[in-house]
Amino acid sequence: MFAQITPTPTWYLLLAAVLFATGAVGVLVRRNPLVMFMCIELMLNAVNLSFVAMAKALGDIGGQTTVFFVLVVAAAEVVVGLGIIVSILRKRPNANADDLAELKG
Amino acid sequence: MIAADPTFIAPSIDWSALTPLLVLLGGGLVLLVGAALTPPWPKRAYAWSTVAIGIAALVMTFIEWHRISRSGPKFLIGGALSFDAFSMFATITICVGVILTSLITEDYLRREGMDGPEVYGLYLMAAIGGVVMAMANDFIVLFLGLETLSIALYVLAASHRKRIESQESGLKYFVLGGFSSAFFLYGIALIYGGTGSTNFTKIIASFDSVAAHRKDALILVGIGLLLVGLGFKVSAAPFHFWSPDVYEGAPTPVTAFLASVGKAAAFAAMLRVLVVALPNWKDDWQPVIWTIAVVSLAVGAISAVVQTNVKRMLAYSSINHAGFILLGVEAAGHAGGSTGRGMPAAMLYLLLYSVLTIGSFGVVTLVSRTGDGATDLNSFRGLARQKPAIALAFTVFLLAQAGVPLTSGFIAKFGVVQAGVEQRSYALAIIAMVTAVVSAFLYLRIMVSVWLEDPAAGDTGREPVTVPFSAAVAITLCVGFTLLVGFFPGWLIDASDKVVQIAGR
Repeated sequence: MFAQITPTPTWYLLLAAVLFATGAVGVLVRRNPLVMFMCIELMLNAVNLSFVAMAKALGDIGGQTTVFFVLVVAAAEVVVGLGIIVSILRKRPNANADDLAELKG
Repeated sequence: MIAADPTFIAPSIDWSALTPLLVLLGGGLVLLVGAALTPPWPKRAYAWSTVAIGIAALVMTFIEWHRISRSGPKFLIGGALSFDAFSMFATITICVGVILTSLITEDYLRREGMDGPEVYGLYLMAAIGGVVMAMANDFIVLFLGLETLSIALYVLAASHRKRIESQESGLKYFVLGGFSSAFFLYGIALIYGGTGSTNFTKIIASFDSVAAHRKDALILVGIGLLLVGLGFKVSAAPFHFWSPDVYEGAPTPVTAFLASVGKAAAFAAMLRVLVVALPNWKDDWQPVIWTIAVVSLAVGAISAVVQTNVKRMLAYSSINHAGFILLGVEAAGHAGGSTGRGMPAAMLYLLLYSVLTIGSFGVVTLVSRTGDGATDLNSFRGLARQKPAIALAFTVFLLAQAGVPLTSGFIAKFGVVQAGVEQRSYALAIIAMVTAVVSAFLYLRIMVSVWLEDPAAGDTGREPVTVPFSAAVAITLCVGFTLLVGFFPGWLIDASDKVVQIAGR
C-alpha cells in the first residue's frame, strides 16, 4: 500500500518549513558562531527547497532559477562570514557568542 | 508543465538609464583594481577619488531625474528594474551618503593606521546594492540588492582589525543580518507560491484572479515574514536589538554609513515592497506597520535616555527616527501610494536624516580620538571650550535631530506628521510628537556635556581633538545643508513630491 503514495509539492513545503524552523531555532539556541552560521545556511536551503516545490506546483521555471541566485548569495555570505569568524577566533580562541560581550547597554 | 522554449529573446536594455549604477560599479572596480596594482596612493587620494565617483554618479542621477520628468517613468531590462523618480530620489540620497561618509572616513583611516582603498570600494559596492534595492521591480532583484548591500556592510562593520568590539559587531551584524535575510527570502518564496510570480507588476495583476485568493494564507504568512526581514534591516523595534551593538562597535564612519545609506536603502526597499508591490494587501500590513512604528518610537526615545555612550544614544535615536519614517510608510499605505504625502515625506525624511546622522557621527569620529574608543558622554565634556566650531556644528545636528524649527529636522518631522494627520492617523502622530519631546531630552543631555561641563572633570591628559581638512569639509557641508533646508525647504519638498511617480502606475 505504501507504493501508491506519491509525494506532492505540499510534502516538500512542509519539509522546508520544518527545516527552516530547525535552522531558526538553531541560530537562537546554539552559541558557537560556526554552528549558528550553519543554521543560517540551513534556513536558506530550506527556502530553496520551497522555491523548487512552488515552481513545480505552479509549472513555472522562475522559482527554479531563483535558487541559483540564492546559492550564489549564500556562497558569498560564506566567504565573508568565515572571514569574520576566523579573524575573531584568532584574537580569541574558543570564543562563543556569550563570550563576545564587549558591547552592552 | 515547464514548457521548453527554444528561442530566448533577450530584453532590450536602456544603458543610459543605468548610468548612475554603472558609474558607481565602474568607479568602484577601477578604484579597487587600480589601487591593488599601483603603489600606495598619496594621502587623501583614495577618499577624494571616491568623492569624485560619488559626484559623477550624482550628476548622472540628476540628468536621469530630468529625463524622467520629461518622458515619464518606465521599466528596464524586461520589468526587472523600475526607472522612476522614486528610485532616482533614493539614488541621490545614497550618493550623498557615500560622498559625505568618504570625507569623514579619510582621516579616520590614517589615524587608525588602516588607510587603503578597501573601505571606499566597499562603500561603493554597498551603494550599488542600495540603488538596486531602490530600483527593484522584482523580489529577486530586490533580494540581490539587499545582499550586495548587507555583505558589504558586514565587512565594513568588522573592518577595524585591532578593535575586538569592531570584530564582535561585525559577527553580530552578520549572524542577525543573515538570519533576517533568510526570513525575508522565505517571505518571497511564499508570496511567489501564492501569486505565481516574483515580479511586482505581475503580483499586482494576480490580485484580481481567483487563484490568488484561494492562497491568501500563503501570501499573508509571506507578508509577515517579509515584514520581519525588512524590520530587521531598517532596525525598527522590536527587531532592533542588533543595531545599538553594531552601531557602537563598528568604526564610527562606518556607523555613519550604516545609519544613512543602509537605512535609506532599506526604507526604499520597504516602500517598494509594501506600497508598490503589495498595495492590495494594505489592510493586512498596515496595522503591523502601525504597531512597529509605535514600538520603535517608544523604544528609541526611552532607551536612548539611559545610555552613557554617545554612539549607542545615536543608535537608539536612529530607532526613534525609524519610527517617524514608518509613520510616513503607514500614511503611504492609507493613500495607496498613488496620492497622499506619505511616500514623499518618508523619502524626504531619509535624505535629511542621512545628512544629519553623517554630520553627527562625523563629530563623534573626531571626538573618539585614536583607537576609536572615546565615545562615552564624558569624552564630550568641554568640547565647546576646546573646539567651539565643532561643538556648534554638533549642536546644530542635535537640534535638527530633535526637530527644532529652522533646521532640516523640523521639515522632515513636519512632513511625516502632516502626512499621517492627512490620512487620519491621529493617534500615531500624537505618539510621535510625544516621543520627539522625550528624545529632545537625550539631545539636550549631550549638549549640556558639550557646552556646560568642565573638561578637567572628565578627561585630563586625553589627546586633544583635531579637525582634519576632509572631515571639516564634510561637517561644513552637513551644517550648510541642514540650515539651508531649514530656512528654504520649498525646492526640496517640491522635488520630493515627484517620487509618487512610479513606473507602471
